[in-house]
Amino acid sequence: MNVLACIKRVPNTGAKIVLTDDNQRIDTSNLGFTMSPHEECAVEEAIQQVETHGGSTHVLTLGPEEATEQLRTGLAMRADEATLLETDGEEWGPRETASAIATAIRDLPEDDAEFDLLLFGNESADMANYQVGVRVATELDLPCVTGIKSLEVEDGVATAKREIGGGEEVYEIDLPAVVSVKEGINEPRYASMRAKMQARRQEVGRLEPDRTEAPGTFEKTRLEAPEADDSDAMVLGEGTDAVPEIVELLESEIEVL
Amino acid sequence: MILGFVEHESGVPEETSLEMLTMARELATDEEAVLCAVVFGDEGAALKDELGPYGIEEIHHVTHDRLEGYAPEGWGESVAQLVSDLGASTVAAAGTDRGHEVLAHAGATLDAPMATNCVDVTGAGESYEVRRDRWGGSLVEHARLEGETKLVTAAEHEYPIEEAASTTEPTVNEFTPSLEDAHLRVRVERVETADEEGIPLGEARVVVGGGRGVGGPEDYDKLEELADLLGGTVGASRAAINEGWRPHDDQIGLTGAQISPDIYIACGISGAVQHMVGCKGADKILAINTDSEAAIVQKADYAVIGDLHEVVPELTDAIREVT
Ligand SMILES: Cc1cc2nc3c(=O)[nH]c(=O)nc-3n(C[C@H](O)[C@H](O)[C@H](O)COP(=O)(O)OP(=O)(O)OC[C@H]3O[C@@H](n4cnc5c(N)ncnc54)[C@H](O)[C@@H]3O)c2cc1C
Repeated sequence: MNVLACIKRVPNTGAKIVLTDDNQRIDTSNLGFTMSPHEECAVEEAIQQVETHGGSTHVLTLGPEEATEQLRTGLAMRADEATLLETDGEEWGPRETASAIATAIRDLPEDDAEFDLLLFGNESADMANYQVGVRVATELDLPCVTGIKSLEVEDGVATAKREIGGGEEVYEIDLPAVVSVKEGINEPRYASMRAKMQARRQEVGRLEPDRTEAPGTFEKTRLEAPEADDSDAMVLGEGTDAVPEIVELLESEIEVL
Repeated sequence: MILGFVEHESGVPEETSLEMLTMARELATDEEAVLCAVVFGDEGAALKDELGPYGIEEIHHVTHDRLEGYAPEGWGESVAQLVSDLGASTVAAAGTDRGHEVLAHAGATLDAPMATNCVDVTGAGESYEVRRDRWGGSLVEHARLEGETKLVTAAEHEYPIEEAASTTEPTVNEFTPSLEDAHLRVRVERVETADEEGIPLGEARVVVGGGRGVGGPEDYDKLEELADLLGGTVGASRAAINEGWRPHDDQIGLTGAQISPDIYIACGISGAVQHMVGCKGADKILAINTDSEAAIVQKADYAVIGDLHEVVPELTDAIREVT
Protein backbone atom coordinates (compact mmCIF):
# COMPACT_ATOMS: atom_id res chain seq x y z
CA MET A 1 0.00 0.00 0.00
CA ASN A 2 1.35 3.42 -0.92
CA VAL A 3 0.42 6.21 1.42
CA LEU A 4 0.87 9.94 0.98
CA ALA A 5 0.77 12.45 3.84
CA CYS A 6 0.39 16.15 2.99
CA ILE A 7 1.77 18.50 5.63
CA LYS A 8 2.31 22.21 6.22
CA ARG A 9 5.05 24.28 7.84
CA VAL A 10 3.60 26.66 10.43
CA PRO A 11 5.18 28.97 12.99
CA ASN A 12 5.33 27.66 16.54
CA THR A 13 3.58 30.66 18.02
CA GLY A 14 4.03 30.95 21.76
CA ALA A 15 2.29 33.05 24.35
CA LYS A 16 1.51 35.99 22.06
CA ILE A 17 1.17 36.47 18.31
CA VAL A 18 3.13 39.47 16.97
CA LEU A 19 2.60 40.74 13.43
CA THR A 20 5.04 42.35 11.01
CA ASP A 21 4.66 46.12 10.59
CA ASP A 22 2.68 45.77 7.36
CA ASN A 23 0.22 43.40 9.11
CA GLN A 24 0.70 40.86 6.35
CA ARG A 25 2.21 38.01 8.34
CA ILE A 26 3.22 36.76 11.75
CA ASP A 27 6.59 38.11 12.84
CA THR A 28 8.55 34.87 12.95
CA SER A 29 11.97 36.37 13.63
CA ASN A 30 11.96 34.84 17.13
CA LEU A 31 9.92 31.77 16.37
CA GLY A 32 10.65 28.20 15.45
CA PHE A 33 8.50 26.27 12.97
CA THR A 34 6.70 22.99 13.16
CA MET A 35 4.15 20.99 11.20
CA SER A 36 0.51 21.31 12.20
CA PRO A 37 -0.45 18.75 14.88
CA HIS A 38 -3.16 17.14 12.73
CA GLU A 39 -0.58 16.58 10.00
CA GLU A 40 1.98 15.14 12.36
CA CYS A 41 -0.70 12.53 13.04
CA ALA A 42 -1.23 12.10 9.28
CA VAL A 43 2.47 11.24 8.90
CA GLU A 44 2.34 8.84 11.85
CA GLU A 45 -0.80 7.22 10.43
CA ALA A 46 0.84 6.77 7.02
CA ILE A 47 3.82 5.07 8.63
CA GLN A 48 1.68 2.82 10.83
CA GLN A 49 -0.50 1.75 7.89
CA VAL A 50 2.58 0.85 5.87
CA GLU A 51 4.07 -0.97 8.86
CA THR A 52 0.90 -3.09 8.92
CA HIS A 53 0.27 -3.55 5.21
CA GLY A 54 3.67 -3.05 3.61
CA GLY A 55 4.33 -0.52 0.87
CA SER A 56 5.80 2.93 0.95
CA THR A 57 5.15 6.32 2.54
CA HIS A 58 5.59 9.71 0.95
CA VAL A 59 5.40 13.12 2.62
CA LEU A 60 4.61 16.19 0.57
CA THR A 61 4.38 19.88 1.31
CA LEU A 62 3.76 23.07 -0.59
CA GLY A 63 5.83 25.87 0.86
CA PRO A 64 9.12 27.72 0.82
CA GLU A 65 12.54 26.06 0.62
CA GLU A 66 12.64 26.14 4.46
CA ALA A 67 9.73 23.70 4.56
CA THR A 68 12.23 20.91 3.80
CA GLU A 69 12.79 21.08 7.58
CA GLN A 70 9.27 19.70 8.13
CA LEU A 71 9.71 17.12 5.37
CA ARG A 72 12.87 15.95 7.11
CA THR A 73 10.91 15.63 10.35
CA GLY A 74 8.65 13.26 8.40
CA LEU A 75 11.63 11.36 7.02
CA ALA A 76 13.10 11.10 10.51
CA MET A 77 9.81 9.55 11.64
CA ARG A 78 10.63 6.98 8.92
CA ALA A 79 8.62 8.10 5.95
CA ASP A 80 10.32 6.78 2.81
CA GLU A 81 10.20 9.71 0.42
CA ALA A 82 9.61 13.45 0.50
CA THR A 83 8.60 16.06 -2.06
CA LEU A 84 8.61 19.83 -1.81
CA LEU A 85 6.35 21.91 -4.04
CA GLU A 86 8.49 24.97 -3.74
CA THR A 87 6.92 28.42 -3.55
CA ASP A 88 8.44 31.84 -3.12
CA GLY A 89 7.22 31.97 0.47
CA GLU A 90 4.01 33.85 -0.33
CA GLU A 91 0.90 32.49 1.35
CA TRP A 92 -1.08 30.40 -1.15
CA GLY A 93 -4.85 30.17 -0.87
CA PRO A 94 -6.64 26.84 -0.43
CA ARG A 95 -7.73 26.49 -4.06
CA GLU A 96 -4.29 27.16 -5.53
CA THR A 97 -2.75 24.85 -2.97
CA ALA A 98 -5.22 22.05 -3.71
CA SER A 99 -4.76 22.40 -7.45
CA ALA A 100 -0.95 22.30 -7.18
CA ILE A 101 -1.08 19.27 -4.89
CA ALA A 102 -3.52 17.44 -7.19
CA THR A 103 -1.22 18.07 -10.16
CA ALA A 104 1.78 16.80 -8.21
CA ILE A 105 -0.09 13.68 -7.10
CA ARG A 106 -0.87 12.87 -10.71
CA ASP A 107 2.86 12.98 -11.45
CA LEU A 108 4.01 11.08 -8.33
CA PRO A 109 5.19 8.47 -7.66
CA GLU A 110 7.49 8.02 -10.59
CA ASP A 111 7.13 4.29 -11.01
CA ASP A 112 3.38 4.72 -11.54
CA ALA A 113 2.51 2.94 -8.33
CA GLU A 114 -0.51 5.00 -7.42
CA PHE A 115 -1.23 6.18 -3.89
CA ASP A 116 -3.85 4.05 -2.18
CA LEU A 117 -4.37 6.43 0.70
CA LEU A 118 -3.89 10.20 0.67
CA LEU A 119 -3.82 11.68 4.14
CA PHE A 120 -4.27 15.34 5.07
CA GLY A 121 -4.64 17.22 8.33
CA ASN A 122 -8.26 18.23 8.91
CA GLU A 123 -7.32 21.91 8.87
CA SER A 124 -3.98 23.69 8.97
CA ALA A 125 -3.02 25.36 12.24
CA ASP A 126 -2.27 28.74 10.70
CA MET A 127 -5.05 29.21 8.13
CA ALA A 128 -7.72 26.64 8.98
CA ASN A 129 -9.47 26.72 5.63
CA TYR A 130 -10.90 23.19 6.00
CA GLN A 131 -10.99 22.48 2.26
CA VAL A 132 -7.65 21.53 0.70
CA GLY A 133 -8.15 17.76 1.11
CA VAL A 134 -11.71 17.90 -0.24
CA ARG A 135 -10.68 19.97 -3.26
CA VAL A 136 -7.79 17.62 -4.04
CA ALA A 137 -10.19 14.66 -3.84
CA THR A 138 -12.62 16.35 -6.21
CA GLU A 139 -9.88 17.15 -8.71
CA LEU A 140 -8.67 13.57 -8.64
CA ASP A 141 -12.19 12.13 -8.49
CA LEU A 142 -11.43 10.21 -5.30
CA PRO A 143 -13.77 9.53 -2.39
CA CYS A 144 -13.04 11.66 0.65
CA VAL A 145 -13.90 11.88 4.31
CA THR A 146 -12.72 14.47 6.82
CA GLY A 147 -12.27 14.84 10.58
CA ILE A 148 -11.20 11.23 11.13
CA LYS A 149 -9.89 9.97 14.49
CA SER A 150 -9.66 6.24 13.80
CA LEU A 151 -8.65 4.44 10.61
CA GLU A 152 -8.33 0.76 9.74
CA VAL A 153 -7.64 -0.70 6.34
CA GLU A 154 -8.54 -4.23 5.32
CA ASP A 155 -8.86 -5.73 1.85
CA GLY A 156 -8.77 -2.37 0.14
CA VAL A 157 -11.49 -0.86 2.32
CA ALA A 158 -10.84 1.83 4.91
CA THR A 159 -13.04 1.96 8.00
CA ALA A 160 -12.87 5.51 9.28
CA LYS A 161 -14.47 6.98 12.38
CA ARG A 162 -15.39 10.52 13.20
CA GLU A 163 -16.32 11.71 16.70
CA ILE A 164 -19.73 13.23 17.16
CA GLY A 165 -21.43 14.18 20.42
CA GLY A 166 -21.88 10.95 22.37
CA GLY A 167 -20.33 8.58 19.85
CA GLU A 168 -18.75 8.03 16.48
CA GLU A 169 -19.88 7.97 12.87
CA VAL A 170 -18.41 5.03 10.97
CA TYR A 171 -17.55 5.31 7.28
CA GLU A 172 -16.42 2.53 4.95
CA ILE A 173 -14.54 3.69 1.90
CA ASP A 174 -13.00 1.84 -1.00
CA LEU A 175 -9.38 2.79 -1.60
CA PRO A 176 -7.87 4.79 -3.17
CA ALA A 177 -9.29 7.58 -1.02
CA VAL A 178 -8.52 10.92 0.59
CA VAL A 179 -8.84 11.01 4.39
CA SER A 180 -8.22 14.05 6.53
CA VAL A 181 -7.36 13.30 10.12
CA LYS A 182 -7.43 15.01 13.49
CA GLU A 183 -4.93 14.97 16.30
CA GLY A 184 -5.71 12.08 18.66
CA ILE A 185 -5.96 9.44 15.91
CA ASN A 186 -2.57 8.15 17.11
CA GLU A 187 0.45 9.17 19.14
CA PRO A 188 3.14 10.46 16.81
CA ARG A 189 6.53 8.89 17.51
CA TYR A 190 9.61 10.79 18.50
CA ALA A 191 12.35 10.38 15.95
CA SER A 192 15.62 9.02 17.29
CA MET A 193 18.79 11.07 17.01
CA ARG A 194 20.12 8.56 14.52
CA ALA A 195 16.99 8.82 12.36
CA LYS A 196 17.26 12.61 12.42
CA MET A 197 20.86 12.44 11.27
CA GLN A 198 19.96 10.06 8.47
CA ALA A 199 17.02 12.21 7.40
CA ARG A 200 19.37 15.15 6.93
CA ARG A 201 21.18 13.31 4.19
CA GLN A 202 18.08 11.91 2.51
CA GLU A 203 17.05 13.30 -0.83
CA VAL A 204 14.03 15.60 -1.03
CA GLY A 205 12.30 15.74 -4.41
CA ARG A 206 11.40 19.16 -5.73
CA LEU A 207 8.67 20.30 -8.07
CA GLU A 208 7.78 23.79 -9.16
CA PRO A 209 4.04 24.17 -8.80
CA ASP A 210 1.98 26.40 -11.05
CA ARG A 211 -0.17 28.96 -9.34
CA THR A 212 -3.44 28.51 -11.22
CA GLU A 213 -6.17 31.09 -11.51
CA ALA A 214 -9.67 30.04 -10.58
CA PRO A 215 -12.90 31.99 -10.92
CA GLY A 216 -13.62 34.23 -7.95
CA THR A 217 -11.31 35.44 -5.24
CA PHE A 218 -10.57 34.64 -1.65
CA GLU A 219 -7.65 36.82 -0.75
CA LYS A 220 -6.18 38.09 2.48
CA THR A 221 -5.93 41.86 2.74
CA ARG A 222 -4.34 42.00 6.17
CA LEU A 223 -4.08 40.37 9.55
CA GLU A 224 -5.09 41.74 12.90
CA ALA A 225 -4.02 40.57 16.33
CA PRO A 226 -7.01 41.32 18.55
CA GLU A 227 -6.24 43.20 21.75
CA ALA A 228 -5.67 40.61 24.42
CA ASP A 229 -6.60 41.36 27.98
CA ASP A 230 -3.10 41.76 29.34
CA SER A 231 -4.10 43.10 32.70
CA ASP A 232 -2.49 40.97 35.36
CA ALA A 233 -4.60 38.48 37.22
CA MET A 234 -5.60 39.25 40.76
CA VAL A 235 -2.95 37.42 42.78
CA LEU A 236 -4.68 35.58 45.58
CA GLY A 237 -1.44 34.85 47.34
CA GLU A 238 1.65 32.69 47.35
CA GLY A 239 1.82 28.96 47.91
CA THR A 240 -0.49 27.27 50.39
CA ASP A 241 -1.09 30.62 52.16
CA ALA A 242 -3.49 31.37 49.33
CA VAL A 243 -5.73 28.37 50.06
CA PRO A 244 -8.30 30.24 52.24
CA GLU A 245 -8.48 32.87 49.49
CA ILE A 246 -9.20 30.22 46.84
CA VAL A 247 -11.89 28.59 49.00
CA GLU A 248 -13.51 31.99 49.52
CA LEU A 249 -13.40 32.62 45.76
CA LEU A 250 -14.97 29.26 44.91
CA GLU A 251 -17.61 29.73 47.58
CA SER A 252 -18.76 33.32 47.17
CA GLU A 253 -17.67 34.45 43.71
CA ILE A 254 -17.92 31.36 41.55
CA GLU A 255 -20.45 29.61 43.79
CA VAL A 256 -19.35 26.08 43.02
CA LEU A 257 -19.14 24.91 46.63
CA MET B 1 -30.47 34.65 -2.87
CA ILE B 2 -28.67 33.70 0.32
CA LEU B 3 -28.88 30.00 1.12
CA GLY B 4 -28.19 28.72 4.64
CA PHE B 5 -27.36 25.05 5.22
CA VAL B 6 -29.30 24.28 8.40
CA GLU B 7 -28.25 21.29 10.48
CA HIS B 8 -30.91 19.83 12.72
CA GLU B 9 -31.65 17.00 15.10
CA SER B 10 -35.07 15.47 14.30
CA GLY B 11 -36.45 18.75 13.03
CA VAL B 12 -34.95 20.96 15.76
CA PRO B 13 -32.27 23.28 14.33
CA GLU B 14 -28.80 23.20 15.91
CA GLU B 15 -27.82 26.32 17.84
CA THR B 16 -24.78 26.80 15.63
CA SER B 17 -27.05 26.85 12.58
CA LEU B 18 -29.25 29.50 14.18
CA GLU B 19 -26.09 31.55 14.86
CA MET B 20 -25.19 31.18 11.20
CA LEU B 21 -28.65 32.44 10.21
CA THR B 22 -27.90 35.70 12.04
CA MET B 23 -24.93 36.18 9.71
CA ALA B 24 -26.90 35.08 6.64
CA ARG B 25 -29.85 37.36 7.46
CA GLU B 26 -27.57 40.39 7.80
CA LEU B 27 -26.27 39.66 4.30
CA ALA B 28 -29.76 39.10 2.90
CA THR B 29 -30.93 42.40 4.40
CA ASP B 30 -27.95 44.32 3.00
CA GLU B 31 -28.40 42.80 -0.43
CA GLU B 32 -32.18 42.89 -0.34
CA ALA B 33 -31.97 39.21 -1.17
CA VAL B 34 -34.26 36.36 -0.25
CA LEU B 35 -33.09 34.24 2.71
CA CYS B 36 -33.56 30.52 2.17
CA ALA B 37 -32.57 27.33 3.93
CA VAL B 38 -31.40 23.99 2.60
CA VAL B 39 -32.12 21.01 4.83
CA PHE B 40 -31.63 17.24 4.63
CA GLY B 41 -33.28 14.32 6.38
CA ASP B 42 -36.76 12.90 6.88
CA GLU B 43 -37.80 15.49 9.43
CA GLY B 44 -36.52 18.36 7.32
CA ALA B 45 -40.00 19.58 6.46
CA ALA B 46 -40.74 19.90 10.20
CA LEU B 47 -38.41 22.89 10.25
CA LYS B 48 -41.19 25.00 8.70
CA ASP B 49 -42.36 26.25 12.08
CA GLU B 50 -38.89 26.39 13.55
CA LEU B 51 -37.33 28.65 10.95
CA GLY B 52 -40.12 31.22 10.46
CA PRO B 53 -38.94 33.34 13.40
CA TYR B 54 -35.52 33.64 11.76
CA GLY B 55 -36.84 35.15 8.56
CA ILE B 56 -36.48 32.15 6.24
CA GLU B 57 -38.75 32.53 3.20
CA GLU B 58 -38.13 29.23 1.45
CA ILE B 59 -37.01 25.89 2.81
CA HIS B 60 -35.45 23.63 0.21
CA HIS B 61 -35.80 20.11 1.49
CA VAL B 62 -33.44 17.71 -0.26
CA THR B 63 -34.93 14.26 -0.70
CA HIS B 64 -33.55 11.36 -2.66
CA ASP B 65 -34.24 7.67 -2.21
CA ARG B 66 -30.51 6.96 -2.01
CA LEU B 67 -29.77 9.70 0.53
CA GLU B 68 -30.74 8.05 3.76
CA GLY B 69 -28.08 9.06 6.22
CA TYR B 70 -25.28 11.57 6.00
CA ALA B 71 -23.17 11.34 2.83
CA PRO B 72 -20.62 14.17 2.56
CA GLU B 73 -20.21 14.13 -1.21
CA GLY B 74 -23.89 13.46 -1.84
CA TRP B 75 -24.89 16.37 0.36
CA GLY B 76 -22.26 18.69 -1.12
CA GLU B 77 -23.33 17.75 -4.65
CA SER B 78 -27.00 18.37 -3.76
CA VAL B 79 -26.16 21.81 -2.40
CA ALA B 80 -24.15 22.58 -5.54
CA GLN B 81 -27.05 21.54 -7.79
CA LEU B 82 -29.49 23.57 -5.74
CA VAL B 83 -27.25 26.62 -5.97
CA SER B 84 -27.14 26.33 -9.76
CA ASP B 85 -30.89 25.76 -9.91
CA LEU B 86 -31.76 28.74 -7.74
CA GLY B 87 -28.90 31.00 -8.77
CA ALA B 88 -27.95 31.54 -5.13
CA SER B 89 -25.13 34.06 -4.72
CA THR B 90 -24.00 32.87 -1.30
CA VAL B 91 -24.17 29.67 0.70
CA ALA B 92 -23.62 29.86 4.43
CA ALA B 93 -23.11 27.10 6.99
CA ALA B 94 -22.11 26.82 10.61
CA GLY B 95 -18.38 26.31 11.22
CA THR B 96 -18.96 22.74 12.38
CA ASP B 97 -17.40 19.50 11.08
CA ARG B 98 -20.40 18.93 8.84
CA GLY B 99 -20.81 22.56 7.85
CA HIS B 100 -17.20 22.71 6.71
CA GLU B 101 -17.32 19.36 4.98
CA VAL B 102 -20.55 19.89 3.04
CA LEU B 103 -19.57 23.38 1.95
CA ALA B 104 -16.08 22.28 0.95
CA HIS B 105 -17.62 19.63 -1.31
CA ALA B 106 -20.08 22.12 -2.77
CA GLY B 107 -17.26 24.64 -3.24
CA ALA B 108 -15.05 22.07 -4.96
CA THR B 109 -17.87 21.03 -7.30
CA LEU B 110 -18.80 24.63 -8.13
CA ASP B 111 -15.13 25.69 -8.20
CA ALA B 112 -16.15 28.58 -5.96
CA PRO B 113 -14.17 30.36 -3.24
CA MET B 114 -14.89 29.62 0.40
CA ALA B 115 -14.08 31.52 3.59
CA THR B 116 -14.35 29.54 6.83
CA ASN B 117 -14.90 30.58 10.45
CA CYS B 118 -16.06 34.08 9.61
CA VAL B 119 -16.83 36.49 12.44
CA ASP B 120 -18.01 39.33 10.21
CA VAL B 121 -19.16 39.41 6.59
CA THR B 122 -20.24 42.61 4.85
CA GLY B 123 -20.79 43.77 1.31
CA ALA B 124 -23.24 42.98 -1.37
CA GLY B 125 -23.51 41.23 -4.70
CA GLU B 126 -20.31 39.67 -5.92
CA SER B 127 -17.91 41.19 -3.42
CA TYR B 128 -17.66 40.68 0.33
CA GLU B 129 -15.26 41.87 2.97
CA VAL B 130 -14.81 39.15 5.54
CA ARG B 131 -13.11 38.91 8.87
CA ARG B 132 -12.30 35.35 9.86
CA ASP B 133 -10.62 33.54 12.72
CA ARG B 134 -7.15 32.11 12.43
CA TRP B 135 -5.31 30.33 15.26
CA GLY B 136 -8.64 29.78 16.95
CA GLY B 137 -9.36 33.51 17.01
CA SER B 138 -6.04 34.72 18.42
CA LEU B 139 -5.52 36.17 14.97
CA VAL B 140 -8.10 37.71 12.65
CA GLU B 141 -7.73 37.72 8.89
CA HIS B 142 -9.33 40.45 6.80
CA ALA B 143 -10.02 39.13 3.32
CA ARG B 144 -11.90 39.78 0.11
CA LEU B 145 -14.30 37.12 -1.04
CA GLU B 146 -15.56 37.58 -4.57
CA GLY B 147 -17.42 35.44 -7.02
CA GLU B 148 -20.68 34.60 -8.65
CA THR B 149 -21.12 32.05 -5.86
CA LYS B 150 -19.46 32.50 -2.50
CA LEU B 151 -19.29 30.10 0.41
CA VAL B 152 -18.96 31.16 4.02
CA THR B 153 -19.03 29.43 7.38
CA ALA B 154 -19.75 31.22 10.64
CA ALA B 155 -17.28 30.66 13.48
CA GLU B 156 -19.06 28.84 16.30
CA HIS B 157 -20.42 30.97 19.14
CA GLU B 158 -19.42 34.28 17.56
CA TYR B 159 -22.83 35.32 16.27
CA PRO B 160 -25.77 35.65 18.68
CA ILE B 161 -28.96 33.73 17.97
CA GLU B 162 -31.41 36.43 16.96
CA GLU B 163 -34.91 36.34 15.61
CA ALA B 164 -35.87 38.42 12.57
CA ALA B 165 -37.87 41.65 12.94
CA SER B 166 -40.89 39.87 11.55
CA THR B 167 -41.73 36.18 11.40
CA THR B 168 -42.11 34.58 7.99
CA GLU B 169 -44.15 31.64 6.79
CA PRO B 170 -41.61 29.62 4.86
CA THR B 171 -42.69 27.56 1.88
CA VAL B 172 -41.28 24.04 1.72
CA ASN B 173 -39.96 22.95 -1.66
CA GLU B 174 -38.85 19.38 -2.19
CA PHE B 175 -35.65 19.18 -4.19
CA THR B 176 -34.48 15.92 -5.71
CA PRO B 177 -30.90 16.12 -6.93
CA SER B 178 -29.64 13.83 -9.64
CA LEU B 179 -27.01 11.70 -7.96
CA GLU B 180 -24.66 9.12 -9.37
CA ASP B 181 -22.94 6.23 -7.62
CA ALA B 182 -19.81 8.32 -7.21
CA HIS B 183 -21.67 10.84 -5.05
CA LEU B 184 -22.75 8.11 -2.69
CA ARG B 185 -19.49 6.25 -2.25
CA VAL B 186 -18.91 7.81 1.17
CA ARG B 187 -21.67 7.69 3.75
CA VAL B 188 -22.24 7.01 7.41
CA GLU B 189 -22.61 3.25 7.61
CA ARG B 190 -23.49 3.24 11.30
CA VAL B 191 -23.18 5.27 14.45
CA GLU B 192 -21.46 3.78 17.48
CA THR B 193 -22.41 5.28 20.80
CA ALA B 194 -19.70 5.72 23.38
CA ASP B 195 -20.20 5.25 27.10
CA GLU B 196 -19.25 8.61 28.47
CA GLU B 197 -17.31 8.28 31.68
CA GLY B 198 -17.80 11.27 33.92
CA ILE B 199 -18.69 14.70 32.67
CA PRO B 200 -17.55 15.57 29.13
CA LEU B 201 -14.94 18.36 29.14
CA GLY B 202 -17.06 20.61 26.96
CA GLU B 203 -19.98 20.50 29.41
CA ALA B 204 -18.21 20.64 32.77
CA ARG B 205 -18.95 23.59 35.06
CA VAL B 206 -15.54 23.20 36.68
CA VAL B 207 -12.42 22.13 34.81
CA VAL B 208 -9.11 21.46 36.54
CA GLY B 209 -6.35 21.53 33.93
CA GLY B 210 -2.87 20.11 34.33
CA GLY B 211 0.14 20.96 32.16
CA ARG B 212 3.80 20.07 32.01
CA GLY B 213 4.14 21.45 35.53
CA VAL B 214 2.30 18.40 36.88
CA GLY B 215 5.50 16.49 36.17
CA GLY B 216 4.14 13.00 35.55
CA PRO B 217 0.99 10.88 35.17
CA GLU B 218 0.67 9.99 38.88
CA ASP B 219 0.14 13.51 40.13
CA TYR B 220 -3.02 13.94 38.06
CA ASP B 221 -4.66 12.01 40.90
CA LYS B 222 -4.42 15.20 42.94
CA LEU B 223 -6.20 17.13 40.22
CA GLU B 224 -8.81 14.37 39.87
CA GLU B 225 -9.55 14.57 43.58
CA LEU B 226 -10.04 18.32 43.43
CA ALA B 227 -12.18 18.09 40.30
CA ASP B 228 -14.37 15.37 41.85
CA LEU B 229 -14.99 17.49 44.93
CA LEU B 230 -16.06 20.41 42.76
CA GLY B 231 -18.24 18.25 40.53
CA GLY B 232 -15.92 18.92 37.65
CA THR B 233 -13.56 17.16 35.31
CA VAL B 234 -9.83 17.13 34.48
CA GLY B 235 -8.26 18.50 31.31
CA ALA B 236 -4.68 18.90 30.13
CA SER B 237 -2.31 20.82 27.88
CA ARG B 238 -0.82 19.36 24.72
CA ALA B 239 2.56 19.17 26.43
CA ALA B 240 1.09 16.73 28.97
CA ILE B 241 -0.50 14.66 26.21
CA ASN B 242 2.73 14.56 24.23
CA GLU B 243 4.48 13.30 27.35
CA GLY B 244 1.96 10.47 27.40
CA TRP B 245 0.59 11.48 30.81
CA ARG B 246 -3.00 11.89 29.67
CA PRO B 247 -5.12 10.69 26.71
CA HIS B 248 -5.73 13.13 23.84
CA ASP B 249 -9.42 13.31 24.79
CA ASP B 250 -8.31 15.46 27.73
CA GLN B 251 -6.55 18.07 25.57
CA ILE B 252 -7.87 21.61 25.78
CA GLY B 253 -7.07 24.01 22.95
CA LEU B 254 -6.79 24.57 19.24
CA THR B 255 -6.47 20.91 18.33
CA GLY B 256 -8.36 19.64 21.37
CA ALA B 257 -11.55 20.42 23.26
CA GLN B 258 -13.23 23.78 23.75
CA ILE B 259 -14.37 24.29 27.32
CA SER B 260 -16.83 26.76 28.84
CA PRO B 261 -16.92 26.17 32.61
CA ASP B 262 -17.77 28.65 35.36
CA ILE B 263 -14.17 28.29 36.43
CA TYR B 264 -11.07 26.82 34.85
CA ILE B 265 -8.30 26.05 37.32
CA ALA B 266 -5.12 25.84 35.22
CA CYS B 267 -2.29 24.13 37.10
CA GLY B 268 1.25 24.15 35.76
CA ILE B 269 0.18 25.52 32.38
CA SER B 270 2.12 28.38 30.80
CA GLY B 271 -0.68 29.92 28.73
CA ALA B 272 0.34 29.40 25.08
CA VAL B 273 -2.20 30.90 22.64
CA GLN B 274 -3.08 27.46 21.27
CA HIS B 275 -4.06 26.38 24.77
CA MET B 276 -5.89 29.58 25.67
CA VAL B 277 -8.17 29.53 22.59
CA GLY B 278 -9.66 26.35 24.05
CA CYS B 279 -10.74 28.13 27.23
CA LYS B 280 -12.08 31.37 25.71
CA GLY B 281 -15.51 30.24 26.89
CA ALA B 282 -14.47 29.94 30.55
CA ASP B 283 -16.18 32.49 32.79
CA LYS B 284 -13.18 32.79 35.11
CA ILE B 285 -9.67 31.39 35.03
CA LEU B 286 -7.56 30.68 38.10
CA ALA B 287 -3.90 29.94 37.39
CA ILE B 288 -1.69 28.05 39.80
CA ASN B 289 1.88 28.49 38.65
CA THR B 290 5.34 28.75 40.21
CA ASP B 291 6.31 31.46 37.74
CA SER B 292 4.74 34.88 38.33
CA GLU B 293 5.96 35.88 34.83
CA ALA B 294 4.14 33.05 33.04
CA ALA B 295 1.82 34.31 30.28
CA ILE B 296 -1.15 32.68 31.95
CA VAL B 297 -0.80 35.02 34.92
CA GLN B 298 -1.72 37.86 32.55
CA LYS B 299 -4.44 35.92 30.82
CA ALA B 300 -6.13 34.55 33.95
CA ASP B 301 -8.51 36.41 36.25
CA TYR B 302 -6.94 35.04 39.42
CA ALA B 303 -3.53 33.61 40.15
CA VAL B 304 -1.76 31.78 42.91
CA ILE B 305 1.99 31.85 42.68
CA GLY B 306 3.11 28.51 44.03
CA ASP B 307 3.80 24.85 43.54
CA LEU B 308 0.70 22.98 42.43
CA HIS B 309 1.90 19.87 44.26
CA GLU B 310 1.50 21.76 47.52
CA VAL B 311 -1.42 24.05 46.73
CA VAL B 312 -3.78 21.52 45.15
CA PRO B 313 -3.80 18.89 47.96
CA GLU B 314 -4.08 21.58 50.61
CA LEU B 315 -6.97 23.16 48.70
CA THR B 316 -8.69 19.78 48.42
CA ASP B 317 -8.40 19.30 52.19
CA ALA B 318 -9.71 22.78 52.90
CA ILE B 319 -12.72 22.26 50.64
CA ARG B 320 -13.47 18.92 52.36
CA GLU B 321 -13.62 20.80 55.63
CA VAL B 322 -16.15 23.38 54.49
CA THR B 323 -18.42 21.02 52.56
C1 LIG C 1 -0.17 24.39 15.83
C2 LIG C 1 -0.13 24.13 17.29
C3 LIG C 1 -1.29 23.68 17.95
C4 LIG C 1 -1.27 23.47 19.31
N1 LIG C 1 -2.42 23.07 19.93
C5 LIG C 1 -2.44 22.99 21.28
C6 LIG C 1 -3.64 22.64 22.00
O1 LIG C 1 -4.68 22.33 21.42
N2 LIG C 1 -3.60 22.62 23.35
C7 LIG C 1 -2.46 22.91 24.07
O2 LIG C 1 -2.50 22.88 25.30
N3 LIG C 1 -1.33 23.22 23.42
C8 LIG C 1 -1.29 23.25 22.06
N4 LIG C 1 -0.11 23.53 21.43
C9 LIG C 1 1.13 23.61 22.24
C10 LIG C 1 1.33 24.93 22.91
O3 LIG C 1 1.97 25.82 22.03
C11 LIG C 1 2.23 24.77 24.16
O4 LIG C 1 3.44 24.16 23.79
C12 LIG C 1 1.60 23.94 25.27
O5 LIG C 1 0.28 24.38 25.52
C13 LIG C 1 2.43 24.07 26.52
O6 LIG C 1 1.93 23.26 27.53
P1 LIG C 1 2.21 23.61 29.06
O7 LIG C 1 1.71 24.96 29.36
O8 LIG C 1 1.67 22.48 29.87
O9 LIG C 1 3.79 23.49 29.16
P2 LIG C 1 4.88 24.62 29.37
O10 LIG C 1 4.77 25.69 28.38
O11 LIG C 1 6.17 23.90 29.49
O12 LIG C 1 4.51 25.26 30.77
C14 LIG C 1 4.62 24.61 31.99
C15 LIG C 1 4.23 25.61 33.07
O13 LIG C 1 4.19 24.95 34.31
C16 LIG C 1 4.75 25.80 35.32
N5 LIG C 1 5.21 24.91 36.39
C17 LIG C 1 6.27 24.06 36.38
N6 LIG C 1 6.34 23.37 37.54
C18 LIG C 1 5.29 23.80 38.29
C19 LIG C 1 4.81 23.46 39.59
N7 LIG C 1 5.44 22.52 40.35
N8 LIG C 1 3.73 24.08 40.06
C20 LIG C 1 3.09 25.05 39.32
N9 LIG C 1 3.50 25.39 38.09
C21 LIG C 1 4.58 24.78 37.58
C22 LIG C 1 5.84 26.55 34.61
O14 LIG C 1 6.12 27.77 35.26
C23 LIG C 1 5.21 26.77 33.23
O15 LIG C 1 4.49 28.00 33.19
C24 LIG C 1 -0.09 23.71 20.05
C25 LIG C 1 1.05 24.14 19.39
C26 LIG C 1 1.05 24.35 18.03
C27 LIG C 1 2.28 24.83 17.34
